[in-house]
Amino acid sequence: MTSIAKPKIVHRGLRRNALGLTIRDYEGGMSTLCAGCGHDSVTAAIVQAFFELDIPPHRVAKMSGIGCSSKTPAYFLGASHGFNAVHGRMPSIATGAGAANRDLYLLGISGDGDSLSIGLGQFAHAVRRNLDMLYVIENNGVYGLTKGQFSASADVGSKAKRGEENRQPPIDPVQMAMALGGTFVARSFSGDKDQLVPLIKAGIRHRGFALLDVLSPCVTFNDHEASTKSYAYTREFRHRVVNADFIPPREEIKAAYDEGEVMPIELHDGSRVLLRKISKDYNPHNRGAAIDYIRSHHRAGEIVTGLLYMDEGDPDMHGLNNTSRTPLNELPFEALCPGADALASLQRRFR
Amino acid sequence: MQPTKTDGTEYFHRVVDCQWGCPAHTDVPEYIRLIAQGRFSDAYLLNRTSNVFPGILGRVCDRPCEPACRRGRVEEKPVAICRLKRVAADHRDDVTARLPRAPAQKNGKRVALVGAGCASLTVANDLMPLGYECVIFEALDKPGGLMRTNIPAFRLPAHVLDEEIAYITDMGVDLRLSTPVESMRGLLEQGFDAVFVGSGAPRGKDLDLPGRHDSDRIHIGIDWLESVAFEHVSKIGERVLIIGVGNTAMDCCRTSLRLGASDVKVMARKPRAFFKASDWELEDAEEERVEIVVNHSPKEFVVEGGKLLGMKFDRLEYDIDERGRILDSRVVDEVMIPCDDVVLAIGQDNAFPWIERDVGVEFDKWDVPVVDPVTFESTLPGVFFGGDAAFGPKNIIWAVEHGHQAAISIHRHCHGAPLTERLPRGVNLTSAKMGIHEWSYSNDFDPAARRIMPHVDLKSRFKKLNIEVELGFSAEQVATEVERCLNCDLQTVFTAEACIECDACIDICPVDCLTITPNGEQEEIEARLKTPRLEPDQPLYVSAELKQTGRVMVKDENLCVHCGLCAERCPTGAWDMQKSTLVVPYAVHELAADETGSSEETCHRARRTG
Ligand SMILES: Cc1cc2nc3c(=O)[nH]c(=O)nc-3n(C[C@H](O)[C@H](O)[C@H](O)COP(=O)(O)OP(=O)(O)OC[C@H]3O[C@@H](n4cnc5c(N)ncnc54)[C@H](O)[C@@H]3O)c2cc1C
Ligand SMILES: Cc1ncc(C[n+]2csc(CCOP(=O)(O)OP(=O)(O)O)c2C)c(N)n1
Ligand code: SF4
Ligand code: SF4
Ligand code: SF4
Ligand code: SF4
Ligand SMILES: [Mg+2]
Repeated sequence: MTSIAKPKIVHRGLRRNALGLTIRDYEGGMSTLCAGCGHDSVTAAIVQAFFELDIPPHRVAKMSGIGCSSKTPAYFLGASHGFNAVHGRMPSIATGAGAANRDLYLLGISGDGDSLSIGLGQFAHAVRRNLDMLYVIENNGVYGLTKGQFSASADVGSKAKRGEENRQPPIDPVQMAMALGGTFVARSFSGDKDQLVPLIKAGIRHRGFALLDVLSPCVTFNDHEASTKSYAYTREFRHRVVNADFIPPREEIKAAYDEGEVMPIELHDGSRVLLRKISKDYNPHNRGAAIDYIRSHHRAGEIVTGLLYMDEGDPDMHGLNNTSRTPLNELPFEALCPGADALASLQRRFR
Repeated sequence: MQPTKTDGTEYFHRVVDCQWGCPAHTDVPEYIRLIAQGRFSDAYLLNRTSNVFPGILGRVCDRPCEPACRRGRVEEKPVAICRLKRVAADHRDDVTARLPRAPAQKNGKRVALVGAGCASLTVANDLMPLGYECVIFEALDKPGGLMRTNIPAFRLPAHVLDEEIAYITDMGVDLRLSTPVESMRGLLEQGFDAVFVGSGAPRGKDLDLPGRHDSDRIHIGIDWLESVAFEHVSKIGERVLIIGVGNTAMDCCRTSLRLGASDVKVMARKPRAFFKASDWELEDAEEERVEIVVNHSPKEFVVEGGKLLGMKFDRLEYDIDERGRILDSRVVDEVMIPCDDVVLAIGQDNAFPWIERDVGVEFDKWDVPVVDPVTFESTLPGVFFGGDAAFGPKNIIWAVEHGHQAAISIHRHCHGAPLTERLPRGVNLTSAKMGIHEWSYSNDFDPAARRIMPHVDLKSRFKKLNIEVELGFSAEQVATEVERCLNCDLQTVFTAEACIECDACIDICPVDCLTITPNGEQEEIEARLKTPRLEPDQPLYVSAELKQTGRVMVKDENLCVHCGLCAERCPTGAWDMQKSTLVVPYAVHELAADETGSSEETCHRARRTG
């Protein structure tokens, strides 16, 4: 019998993190996606990021909708919480989970179909309410799970595997999130873990909504020649404008940088994100200019990647709505359910 | 770095660590798979092609393959390669009909072989099927050499030895027992077409300390073991000291226990890390309550009125650095250890009193014959050496490999062909893909620990001298142990042009041995590997530059468990699992090549049929 499950081998080269765990402790079940799917690489990047952040897996809630991308939470962090919502409805479930327990790291995994078609409204409001979560869109320009129909992120002129051409303009989640007041907006590529892993780390530690749009080729339905979301196309037209390095709290900044080129941003927990400008004319702190830049480069056929916009100052949903500091499951019963008298007096106030 | 060359035989052969480590290049993973399928006879015959004595070696081989085995790097203990060989031998059917046979029509060439040890027997095994007339001259009245005279029957039963020697001699070897060769000149005058010297290293080292010649209770290990084997000696005193801590010492101490000794001490000059004996031999001796005493340097035999009272030793203290090397040593004090017998097991020397020094065989300054390490020819054309006689005492499997090589040389010599233009080795590769999610081998990683060999209990085993201690693996143990083998001959073969750099193989590899990285100097690449390079001696594979980014695929072979998942998850088939078969030429292939003129083809064909 041939086995296709990844065996757990604790070999001598395996490192352990501050919790004494190996990276294998951050994996999940065996992937059932097509061999070579970009989504599996995003999974591997998430595994690596949480391992390196020393986050205990059971402190994470993985939220997703429907799609090949939305299946992937089954393949990482096997020892964490998870919820697989109906198509496009993950943001509202995540909002509820976040409101109920501020101590969990919320990690949403969605696809371009899940977020930009059926779930567009949900997605927009999650950005707007600055829900404290990392929201990853594994963007392949198609509905992979339903066999490769164009999604709302398909570019004009991009051709499907059978040859038909997309004529409708794409929705770019990055530009949308910027326009909607998103406080952390990034784009990356499944085939570039050096860029992707620090962005996942920074997004997890960011307070507020962190959008990470990851170009993640569908190797089965959208990796052919005339596709603009293939491995080859993405590699050719990807343009890195700002790199982000994630520095955990109390760790020294070791690398030497040129003054002026590096913008350190301190996060609420003491960790820092170092933004390194690659393009001189790009400013990740100017929302308007950034949108213009991304739009004009898109028109020229370029895909702009990196940590494209970041603002640590804005209040998140918890601040705006004054949610409970203590997770609801830790509140005493009397506080959660103050009884019929309390309800009656509350109702009296609205008479 | 330049792309790694995998087209020769070396790269893929090295990946199969056991086969690379085996002097005779036994195809270990293939015979383990045959055992797993219950094809014991096939496994036996596959073994026999390369190592000639599977039943013997499955019990007493020095097993250099095991320290080399990859499983020992992935977890703690290697696969029990040697004991699985014994499984094939123990459970085989009658294979006589499938053994090589001598042709009725001889080729008219006569070869003299001196000594009936494993080296000469291998030469006969390889030459008889080619029509040679082989005459073996043996001084003793039984064939087998040290395998019979020195390796005790409780490790190697006589019937195993008899059976496998008969497989060779029954081809019609002219075996002349009790016929020592007393003169090389005399032998040469008998007009043989070639002479092979497989007379071993028959002289046990002596220890010339005060008192050495004042008692008859001081024995030379290998001579004493021979006397025991031939039943000239059947008892020993209660307290025995064994001097030396090599494998001979282990056999001497365990034999003493079976001849009536109850207090046996093995006296070592150095600390344990410097012992010559194999770990498993030490374990077996200690299991029998032999005491191993370290840091004692022999000084004097204490003999009074012809009676051996004991031995005096200097007790030593060593300074050892972090890397485990001895920097200095000093004497702490002197002790006297009482005993009834002393057995000296401190090594062997070559001795060729029967070779006249003016006969044309050149001897070097240590009085050892000058022998070519590839052809095994001495400085006298047509006279070859092999086994312990060639480069000093080694072990059975080396003697067998010498025999194979000498047989090739003898054949070439007898046909006037240059000895150095030997057939090359080859590697055949065939894809192991059988269908979607289907590979032709058991690729699952079985985390089971090495099975422990069951032994006869500590009481019964001493009842007789020849009770074999090891019982052999049970069926359940075999079933588990075979799955521990990682199938290292199922090679990961990479096609750079097909790779789309999707990272699927990198992400799935359970031991993180793959990396895609910009090309550069070796140190730069090594610094960027996903897992640090723990064994610099293990091969590093670097691909040609990849199409999309110009980076390279790098594989550190060290820990690869050959699970095939990289190939399983590769969307383009850039990785494939391919079974490699090492093609090792023997004398029989030389013959086939003579006939067809095409060496490589016949080599491959003979391998399949032979
Ligand atoms: C105590 C002991 C234990 C060992 N245990 C192991 C073990 O567990 N595993 C292992 O792999 N190896 C072991 N070895 C080593 C192994 O036995 C030898 O390396 C191997 O037998 C060498 O084979 P050979 O054919 O070169 O010579 P030998 O086996 O020494 O055979 C040489 C033969 O030549 C005969 N001979 C010598 N001179 C003449 C002459 N002039 N005329 C005619 N005949 C002659 C001898 O009588 C002998 O039969 C052990 C060795 C010793 C001493
Ligand atoms: C309510 C509802 N409508 C439609 C579907 C069918 N459906 C399943 S997955 C999917 C699109 C998924 O696309 P995307 O989110 O891009 O995921 P991908 O498979 O490409 O990763 C659709 C339309 C559904 N499951 N539920
Ligand atoms: S269909 Fe596409 S998106 Fe879905 S698993 Fe296969 S490659 Fe990935
Ligand atoms: S695991 Fe099997 S094939 Fe690999 S070195 Fe060990 S015995 Fe040989
Ligand atoms: S076969 Fe492939 S996946 Fe398996 S250990 Fe070797 S390189 Fe890694
Ligand atoms: S899985 Fe195949 S295509 Fe993907 S990176 Fe590995 S070798 Fe290349
Ligand atoms: Mg999609």
